Formats: sequence, structure tokens, C-alpha cells
Amino acid sequence: MELALDILPQVLVDGIVLGFMYALIALGYTMVYGVLEFINFAHSEIFVLGAFVGVEILLLLESAGHLATLHTAFVLLIVILSGMLLSGLAAVALERVAYRPLQRSPRLVALISAIGASFFLQDALRFFESLWRNTFYLTYPTLDVLDKTVPLGLNVVVPVKSLLVIVTALVALAVLHLFVNRTRLGAAIRAVAQDPDTASLMGIPVNRVIALTFFVGGAMGGLAGVLFGLHYSLVNPYSGFFPGLKAFTAAVLGGIGNIPGAMLGGMVLGMLEAFAASYLSILTDGAFGAEYKDVFAFVVLILILILRPKGLLGEKVREEGA
Amino acid sequence: MKVGLTHVGVVAYIIASSALVFVFPQSVLAFLCFEASLLVIYYASVDQTTKFCLGTIVLLVLLPLLGSVNGYYLEVAIQVGIFVALALGLNIVVGFVGLLNLGFVAFYAIGAYLWAIFGSPQANHFLPGNLFPLSSVWFFPFLLLSVGVGALTGALLGLPVLRLRGDYLAVVTLGFAEVVRALVNNFDKPINITNGPKGITPIEKPPLFFQPLLEFLGFSVNPSTLYPFYFYFLVLFIAMLTVVVARRLEESRIGRAWKAIREDEIAAAAMGIPVVRMKLLGLAVGASFASAVGVLFAAKQVFINPESFTFMESIGVLAMVILGGMGSIPGAILGATGVTILNLQVLKGLSLWLNSVRQSGIVLSIPLFGDFTLSQIPAQFEPAKYERMVFGLILILMMMFRPQGVLPPRQKRGH
Repeated sequence: MELALDILPQVLVDGIVLGFMYALIALGYTMVYGVLEFINFAHSEIFVLGAFVGVEILLLLESAGHLATLHTAFVLLIVILSGMLLSGLAAVALERVAYRPLQRSPRLVALISAIGASFFLQDALRFFESLWRNTFYLTYPTLDVLDKTVPLGLNVVVPVKSLLVIVTALVALAVLHLFVNRTRLGAAIRAVAQDPDTASLMGIPVNRVIALTFFVGGAMGGLAGVLFGLHYSLVNPYSGFFPGLKAFTAAVLGGIGNIPGAMLGGMVLGMLEAFAASYLSILTDGAFGAEYKDVFAFVVLILILILRPKGLLGEKVREEGA
Repeated sequence: MKVGLTHVGVVAYIIASSALVFVFPQSVLAFLCFEASLLVIYYASVDQTTKFCLGTIVLLVLLPLLGSVNGYYLEVAIQVGIFVALALGLNIVVGFVGLLNLGFVAFYAIGAYLWAIFGSPQANHFLPGNLFPLSSVWFFPFLLLSVGVGALTGALLGLPVLRLRGDYLAVVTLGFAEVVRALVNNFDKPINITNGPKGITPIEKPPLFFQPLLEFLGFSVNPSTLYPFYFYFLVLFIAMLTVVVARRLEESRIGRAWKAIREDEIAAAAMGIPVVRMKLLGLAVGASFASAVGVLFAAKQVFINPESFTFMESIGVLAMVILGGMGSIPGAILGATGVTILNLQVLKGLSLWLNSVRQSGIVLSIPLFGDFTLSQIPAQFEPAKYERMVFGLILILMMMFRPQGVLPPRQKRGH
């Protein structure tokens, strides 16, 4: 058990990083589900797009020789903001092209279209990168600061890139929380989520609010993509599949349509996965190991849906005083 | 029976297109024309008997003959048959019952591994007695067994998830397929059951039970030339069997109950239809089709590994069903044929053409851009590598412009 305790701090850090990543992606699923009651299957590609925007900007800066001269914080800010912006816009475009024409159709029709969009976007990204760089497996350039570690006492060290993920995600989640709960636009999103018809009668432009929701959800996905790239370095057009499905599981775990639920679900799932990856093989004496971590989420998903289909935080949180 | 101008036209088309293939055995275009003859037969305004006879001639006589000219055509036909049976199975689940099953490939994998493990030395790793591989005689019992195993796993998956709403069910079935793939991929330890990512080989082929008969008749053919034809007829038989089963089910009480559930679950329950049992039955029947085809696939490929059973396969079969028309048996057949031929022949053909263009070394002079050597076209552009894009486009475009599919199910008069 000595070994098991030694790796505990590392496992916790891994779990938190994964948890924030899933939480950010899960927001996209849950917000869209909130307003449209529909699983945006192509959200994982919006996430990957963010990762690709990040790597492209860094590679361009590198080849222009600016990566070494500019301040790293400035570079990171540019990369993160452009990843968010482009992913958000892509999500809006996706909604406009692939979903809005189907708004009046049965839900399965929209879902099938979303699956199609997901597959199409994967190969479209592959095609573009093949044209542009002649390969679609890209590696993030190294930023020296990110690879340093910070000691946290008791011989625990945390890599700077993990801190970057945690801090950025916390800021983004706080801003999102304020946006949804304290602004007029946020109130419009909540109104459409509760009842689109009544919201429309109250003068809320429902379609614009849906587009806004896609933008915000997409931007969060794009942010997760950039952070994913900065943290794990390797990206390819198909790397969104598992994070996407796990984030969807996180959204269901927290209670789909529920924004704090998505954050909680993401964190729980990230922790579970980090612990499974490290401890499963210790607990089972090597019979089952980290190779099962990818399916761990599905087992969780199936269990929640059987035992508590409404998720940990239950139904959508109602408007206070309504 | 009146023999009209259409009869002559159809027969003329069949003869002309087969002649074209005989003359140009390497031409993809000629073979496509020949394949279209089945469509011509289906659409021609002739009576059922004629359609049946012409279809039989094309499938039983002409196609094997063309296959002896160019063996690749037989391979294409076998693949088409496999996907027709898969699409018909998924069509029962998605089209008749209205449950979006995104993990259909899992049952296909279960069937394939069932025969692969016991029809190869693999089972010796965990069972004592050095009994394996089972002799090829066991192929047919395993084909039957796989129907049962597929139905059982389909129903077992259905039990917990049937209460879920449609889109959750889709994601859970997708998760189930990934769990199956991960198990297959990793169960080489602690006990080596599936041999992990390395896959299983050699897998026994079906028995050549008719060989004594052939020898008695004075034919001496060596098995390696015989097997493609054997597989062709076997696949054709199984595909036909699935067509008959699907058709009989569709017109039975069960099929009507399925459609009632698809249209309005609450109304169906109010009419006394046992909704849960019927949905389970639908999942089980669809799964048993896939599982049986899996056994056939394992025997044909001789080698299988987890790579053959990815999410993309599920989506490919879904694209076939959607393209043809959900709930339509002719649609599922057309969709399976169309998508398989698109993948195997059109995209691969374009890739080969692109490669030959690249090797030709021609230099194009484009104004403003300067000279461009065609050999500079990156290998990344081969159309065969963009299957996902094709499936994605099929799904989106069909949903937008023709959600009922190319050959939508005929609306029968209500009673």
C-alpha cells in the first residue's frame, strides 16, 4: 500500500485536470440540451477544432519566430481566446446549417443529422490539415514555462500546465456562471430552456438565443480543446471521440440541462477515471489495468441511467421565486 | 403472361451490361452498369414472376460467371451480401421499432468472436484438452448458436436501457459497443480469451460438404478457387434468408406491433401491445442477424481483430438504412448495396485513378500559380480515406432533404 499512497497526490491532480476538462466540454452538451432538448453529437468536433486552432496559431507563431520573443502569458491569452472564438463561431454555423432546418422534425432526425455532422467534421478537419501541413497528427510546440513544476510541500510537485488548466477553467466557469445568472442574455437563455414558446411570447428572439447558446457552449468546448492540447500535446481530428462521450456522460451524471450539474459531473467523472487508471491495476493485482479507463465512463453512464436517470442534481434548477 | 416491350428492354439491358463486363473485365464502370441491372429489374413494370426469374438468373448464374472472369467482383458481391444482412437487421431495430441503436457492430463482433475463438486454436488458451480448432463441420451449428447468443445479448442490453428516451438509448448502445470493443481488445490477460489487439488467426472456413458430390460428378476443383464461389452462395443464401425473415416479420402481428410502438408508444400500450416485450424482441432479432453475419465474416476473413468492429462500422450500417429509407426492406437492400459499392468501388477506384495520375508525372501550368507537378498531390487526398465524410454527408443530406429515404416503405391501407 506504500506505493498506493505515494501516487495519491499525483492521481488527485490528474483527476482535477481531467475533471475540469470534462466539465468545460459537458457545458456545451448540457446548455444545448437545455434549450433544444437534443444531444449535440458534433460537440466533440467543436472541442477538437479548438485544439487545432490552438496548435495552428502556436505553429504559425513558431515558424515566424515570435514564440520565443513574445511573453508566454500573452501567447497563451491569444491562443485561448482565438480557440474559444473560432469554436464558438463554428458551433453557431453548425446549428445554422445542420440543426435549424430540422427544428420541427422528430428528435431522432436531428440526432442522426448531428451524428452525420460529427463524422463530416472529423474528415473535413483531416482534409484541411492534409492540404495545409500534409499530416493531420499535430504536436503542440513546447512552451518552456508550462513544463516546469511547482512544489506544493510534502514532496508533491504540480506541473505548471496542470495549474494553467485548473486556473483557466475556474475563471471560465465563474464567468459563465455570472453570465447565465446575472445578465439579461443569461436570463434569456434560461427562459428559452424553461419554455421556448412562452419565451417567444415574451419577446425573446428564440432562434438568436439558441445561436447564442451554441456560441457559449462552443466557446467552452474550444477552451477545453486548447487546454487539452496544451496539456497532452498530441491532437488529431479523431481525438474528440472519447473526451466528447465522457463529457456527455458527465452532463448526464450531473443532470442534463443543469449547468452546475455539468461541472459537478465532470469533476466526479474525472476523479473516477484518474483513480481507475491508477488504482484498478493495484486493486486487482494487475488483472485489469488502465486500459479499461476509456470504458469506465460508459459503465458509469449505464449505471446512472438505470439507477438515477435524472442525474446527481436532478431536474433543471428552477428559477428562484418563479 | 404477356411479353411486352419492357421485358425485352430489361433482358437486353442485362445481356448488354454483362457483355460489357466480359469485354472489359477490369472496368469498374462496366461492373457498375451490371450491378444496376438488379435495380432495373426491381423498377421495371413487369410482373413478380418475371422479376423473380430475372433476379435469380442475375444472382445465381451471371454474377458467379462474371466472378470467374474477375475474382474481385465476387469479393464485392460477398461484401454487399454481408452488409445487406446487417442493414436488414439494423432496419428492424431502427426502422420498425424506432430505437436508434448506435452499437449495432457489437453484436456483429460477438458473432465473429464466437466462431473465431472456437474455430481456431485460440480456445486452447483457456480450455483444457487441446480440442481446438473445432473442425469446420461445426461452422453451421455455430451459425445457429450465434443467432441465439446474439438474441440473448441484444435482449440483455435492452433490459436496462429500454426505459430510456430515444436519444439516451442511442448513446448507451454506443457505449455498450465501446465496452465490447475494449473487452475484446484487452482480454488477452489475465486469461487469453480474445488474443487482444493482435487478433485471431487462422479461423476455420465452412465445410466443403458438397466436395464429394462434385468429385462424383467428375469436377476436381481445388478448394482455394472454390471458396470464393462457396462464400458467395453462402452469403447470398443468408442474405436471402434475412430478407424473407424480415419480410415475414414485417407483415406479422409482431411487425405491426413494432410499427405501432414506433408511431405512438402510449397509444400502442393502450391497445394492449406489450411494449417492453416487443421492443426487447426487436433488439434481439436485430442483434441475432448481426451476430450470425459475424460468424460468416470471421470464417471468410480467416483473421479478425478488434479494428474491424469500430463505431464507424455501426455508423456505416446506419447510413445504409437511412439512405434506403428507415423501415423499408427494399430500401435497406438498396442502401447497403449502394454504400458498399460506393466504398469498395467508387472511392477505391478514384483513389487508384489519383495514384495513377500522380505517377504519370504530368506538369500542369496554372496561370498565376506557376507549374504544378501532379505527383505533388499528397497521398492524403485519396478519396478512399474519407469514408467518414461520405457517411456524414449521407446522414446530413438525407435528414434534410429526404428523411424517409430513397425507397420509403409503402403505406399499406389501414384497417
